Formats: sequence, C-alpha cells, structure tokens
Amino acid sequence: MPAVQETVERVRRIDVDQYRYGFETLIESDKAPKGLSEDTVAFISAKKSEPAWMLEWRLEAYRRWLTMTEPKWARVNYPKIDYQDLYYYSAPKPKKQVTSLDEIDPEILKTYEKLGIPLREVEVLEGVVRKDGEDAPVERRIAVDAVFDSVSVATTFKEELKKAGVIFMPISEAIREHPELVKKYLGSVVPTSDNFFATLNSAVFSDGSFVYVPPGVRCPMELSTYFRINERNTGQFERTLIIADKGSYVSYLEGCTAPQRDENQLHAAVVELVALDDAEIKYSTVQNWYPGNSEGLGGIYNFVTKRGDCRGKNSKISWTQVETGSAITWKYPSCILRGDNSRGEFYSIAISNGFQQVDSGTKMLHLGKNTTSRIISKGIAAGRSQNTYRGLVTAHRKATGARNFTACDSLLIGDKCGAHTVPYVEAKNSSALFEHEATTSKISEDVLFYCTQRGLSQEEAVGLVVNGFVKDVLQQLPMEFAVEAQKLISISLEGSVG
Amino acid sequence: MPLLEVKDLTVRVEDNEILHGLSLTVNKGEVHAIMGPNGSGKSTLSHVIAGKPDYEVTGGEILFNGEDLLEMDPDERAAKGVFLAFQYPVEIPGVATMTFLRTALNAQRKARGESELLTPAFLKKAYEVADRLNVPRDMLKRGVNVGFSGGEKKRNEILQMALFEPSLCILDEMDSGLDIDALRVAADGVNALRSPDRAMVVITHYQRLLNYVVPDFVHVMSKGRVVKSGGKELALELEASGYTQFEDAA
Repeated sequence: MPAVQETVERVRRIDVDQYRYGFETLIESDKAPKGLSEDTVAFISAKKSEPAWMLEWRLEAYRRWLTMTEPKWARVNYPKIDYQDLYYYSAPKPKKQVTSLDEIDPEILKTYEKLGIPLREVEVLEGVVRKDGEDAPVERRIAVDAVFDSVSVATTFKEELKKAGVIFMPISEAIREHPELVKKYLGSVVPTSDNFFATLNSAVFSDGSFVYVPPGVRCPMELSTYFRINERNTGQFERTLIIADKGSYVSYLEGCTAPQRDENQLHAAVVELVALDDAEIKYSTVQNWYPGNSEGLGGIYNFVTKRGDCRGKNSKISWTQVETGSAITWKYPSCILRGDNSRGEFYSIAISNGFQQVDSGTKMLHLGKNTTSRIISKGIAAGRSQNTYRGLVTAHRKATGARNFTACDSLLIGDKCGAHTVPYVEAKNSSALFEHEATTSKISEDVLFYCTQRGLSQEEAVGLVVNGFVKDVLQQLPMEFAVEAQKLISISLEGSVG
Repeated sequence: MPLLEVKDLTVRVEDNEILHGLSLTVNKGEVHAIMGPNGSGKSTLSHVIAGKPDYEVTGGEILFNGEDLLEMDPDERAAKGVFLAFQYPVEIPGVATMTFLRTALNAQRKARGESELLTPAFLKKAYEVADRLNVPRDMLKRGVNVGFSGGEKKRNEILQMALFEPSLCILDEMDSGLDIDALRVAADGVNALRSPDRAMVVITHYQRLLNYVVPDFVHVMSKGRVVKSGGKELALELEASGYTQFEDAA
C-alpha cells in the first residue's frame, strides 16, 4: 500500500484550514433571480428548454413543497435556512453555443484540471492507464460528466458509450432526447412528495447525470460525475437517474468539491437508481464538500436523498460512500429490495472533524423473498464533531428468508467528539434473519506510543491506524478512487491529535 | 563517549514519584540486565528512555551519544537509534505488518536524511530478515499483531529490531508469557543481534531469561533506584536469595 506513505506526507504539508479544493473560479454566470417562486421554477425549466410535461412535474412538486415543513429529527443543529435568500440556478455564461470540449470556457477547464478531473479524453486515457501493483498494466478508462454549479459542462466518451448502447448524458439533455425513459423512471424511486428536501429538488433541480444501460450490456467503462459548487449563495440541486435494464451492469462514481466560503451553502441532491431483473448497479461517492473552517464557520449543508430500487429479481445495488466534507451531512443511501433474491449493500466511511456534523446511514427495505443485505459502516469522529449512524432494516410480511448483516464501527479521536449509533430493525415475518454488530473504540495512547516509538510522527500514526480501520470499505471502491479516498481521509483528520 | 547515560533521573506520574535519582551508563557492545521486583520502576525507566507521554521528568538527564534525549519526541529518538521491544505489543487491525514495517523504516530513514527504500528493495530486506529469524513470511501479511500468539508478538518485536538496526535495544520483560521453547527462539533472535556497535538493556523479573541472553552487567532495582550492580553472577545470587534483601536496602 504505497498510498499510506503518500498520505502521511501529504498530511505533513497541509495545515488545518487548508482545504485543497477551496479556490474559486472567476467566470461570468447566468443566474436566476434570488428566491423561490413558481416564476423561478418556470425560469429554470425555460433555461433548459424543457417540454411542458416537465414544467408541470416541477410545479406540482413546488406546490407540494409549500405545504411541507423542514424535518427536525436528525441529530444535527443549524440555523434556520432562508429559502428566499438563495439562488436556485447559476450557470457559467456560455460565450457561445457549446458543441465540443474546445469551446468550453478555459477557466472552467482549468478548474477541473486543478481538481484532478481529466476532461479531455486524451487526458482521461493517459491519466488512468496505470500499473496495478506488480501485475501487468491494466487499462481503465472513465467517462466523466462534469457539473459546474447548476450545469453540466462536459461529458466525455459519449460516442464510444453510444456504440455500446449506453446513454450517459446530462439529465437536462435526456429530458429532451429520451423523454419516454425519463417519464417512466424519474420520481419512481424517490417520489416528488418523498421528503422536504427531495421535493424541493424536484421543483428546482437544474442538472445532473442520466444513465441508461440497455439489457444484457456490461457498461464498458466506469462512469463518473464530478460536482462543483462555485457560485456564492447558490444551492446545488442535482438530480441523478440511473437505470440498469435486465442483465446489465454499471459502475458509477461521484465526486464533489466546493470553494471555501464563510457562509453556508445548501446542497440538496436526489439520486435514483433502478435495477431490473439480474442487473447490477455499483454507486460510489467520494464527498469532499467544503466542511467549514476550524471555528465551524461556513461549509456545505449536504442534505441528500439517495435511493436504489432493486425492482427486478436477482438484481443488486451497492452503495459505497466516503464522506469527509460538508459542515452537515444528512443522508441515507438506501435500497428497496423489491425483486425476489435481490441484494443491497451499503459500505460507508464517514469522517468528521472540527465542528462537522454527520447523521448518515442507510435503509434496507426487504420486500421480496430471499432478499439479502449487508451494511458495513465506519464512523470516525475527531475534533468537536458529532457522528451518528442511523439505519433502518425492515422485512415485509412476505419477505420470507430475508437476511441482513450490519456492522457499525465507530472510532473516536480525542475526547471532545461524539459517536452515536441508532439502528432500527423491524421484522414482520419469522423467517427473517437480521444480525447487528456495533463497536466503539478510541485510538489509544498506547497505540500512538507504539507507532511513534517505531519512528512515525503522531499524524502519521493516526493516518495509519485510521486507514487500517476503514480498510474493509476502501476495498469496495474502484482503485483510482480508493487511492484518492485514502489521501482525503488523512487530510481531513489533520490537526486531530496533539 | 557512552552510548547511554542516565544521570540522577527522577520521574513522576501524576503525584507519585516513581524513580528517585536513578543513574545508569551503557556503552556500545554491552548487554545490561535490569532486574527487580514488580513496582520497582523497571518499566518506567524503559518508557522514559523511549519517550512515552504521561511521565514527568522532574530531575536529572538522559544523554544518548551525548545528545539530550529528553528534548526529543519519541519518533526522533527512534530515528536516532532507540528501540523499545514492548512487554505488551499493541494490535493495529487492518494494517498489514509489511505496510507498518515499511512505513516506519522509511519514516526513520527520512528523519536521518537517508533515501527511502523503494518497495522491491524493502521487500528483499524484510524477507531476508524474516528468513534469518525463522519468522514465516505469511506473518508479514497479517494485521500488526492481530491474532498473534504471545510468542508471535515477541518475534515480531525482534523482527522489527533486526530490520531497523537500532544502536540501543531495550527489551521490556520479553520473557513474559512465553513458554520455554518460545523463549529460546526469541533469545536466539536477540543474541544474533549482539554486536560491538549495539548495546542492549534487558529488563526482566526472572533470572531465567538471562540463561539465554547472558548479560555483561546486572543491576538490581528497588523502589526507584539501582541498589546493586555487578556481573552476571549477581543474577544467580538473586535467584537464590530473592529480592527481599534489596527491598530492605532501599
């Protein structure tokens, strides 16, 4: 694991408040007027040249949202959000109609370059051909969709994916080009009435990714979306919809960063996954939104609804998340195990430092027969942060033979942070078998002394112990992401000891 | 210049003074045994030399190659060549022993201004040392000390000692929890590391270990002081008469 060494070196160079992605890009942007109204919704819909049915769908959601109240049950605290004081749409002002990567504002391309997101296909090719340990070189390519504030600015490898029959494009384009698919699946996993933030998203979402993998197709490359909030006072409401048709397979990666700002920014995304018979979706997230500074000022509110529907028999959905950023994280990537023999997985690393608050976990809803699920959650709390795992596992009356295994491990660094585990388990039939294991541990002085006696600095020692603690989950990530995630983990724990 | 000079050291933990003016001089090539009853301060001495936090040094000094050791962090001391083989080595789940060894060795090399060992060179060296000490290579792939038997943990300590090539090895109760066969294996490993450039301080409660690792000097500690020093025959004398006489002397 050469990355460990790399990690500890990076940590040594970085200060607590140096969020690596905290730069801002100065570009002209095209914004909706501040505040939320039917006009705002119509403005967004018009900007996207949407058909009438889409506008109607949004307005319905908006009207529903007006009747809803913000939920309060999570173990998080934040001042009241003024929804009229936000911009709901911000797009980099295009110099002209964009038809190829060459025409995208070079400032934006530079931003993605700084983030290490290779947008140009040549760079993608060069960037990810790597030697896998001492084995023969493995060629891996990733198609990238980059979303800047509200708009998707570039999607790579489109042509090649098209040949395989895979549709991968900004959702705004999919609404225009594949209305039959969007109409059929949008809101079918997370209905417009689902919850306060999801309903808000349904009304004002501006972009996101759309993926459709046709029957029997194994997507020839990893798909990836990179989200970036740049504009001040903007909410980012992206919407992702992934459909894996019968017998297909797709692996999808999502990365997120934002500039460093004193005010809080709202991010309320919705992700819907649909897996039909014998299909498999693997969804990985490395979330590194700006977490706020060392006094707890600023940072992203990450209030996200992610849900997968194992609609067909023998289908499988696997969520892997590495959460290191955001001032507040409030999300539960979940699986509805509807098809018989379907399987849901949730692998999570949630790290909180400084004043960060995390309330995250999953829901595994067993509806079909012989459905199985597995939950591995690793929570790491440092500084003055609060880290909660909240999970729900249920078996429907008809879900005979349902099985779940849950392991929640928490690691505390220092004595001013908190780790909490809130598992809910409901079995409505007697053949369901649910197992739950939970541990809470502290990085002990003895372990730190042992490591420092062998020549590691305190920071290196913490990095090593934590990377060992999360290893089971890191192994679930695609290799490129695993290395990046490992670095992030150590960086986000910088300053947590001594 | 002596390798290690402990001069009139007094140490407290919270409100209790554990060491009251302890002195010890160790030269390169020598093996010193420190014996004494439980609670006499043997382990405290080893921890303070290695730099464990929570101990307050209220008087005296520790010089290592003439440098003030008390001014250094534990990792700096390690890089200078101080090695402590722990009585109870900790477990680090999820971190492969090989990864740990490589990270630690390279951290030490870097601190000394030496170049880092790249993976192939490191693997060669690690396997060479493991083979020499009869440590199965498979053990290097397991998590650090996770699920190791008492004997395996001690062998892992000796393996690290051999790999890091320190100039001062402190062995804290390395015989505790070992049966006679495991003790012999561990002692063979230690004896193989005896060298004119290296000194060893062997801390033990029982004389038994000293049949295998034969010391040049024996010091008896009682109540935070060295109360008697002598050659290896002193250990045998202790075995016969016990510690009681020294407790009275202290």
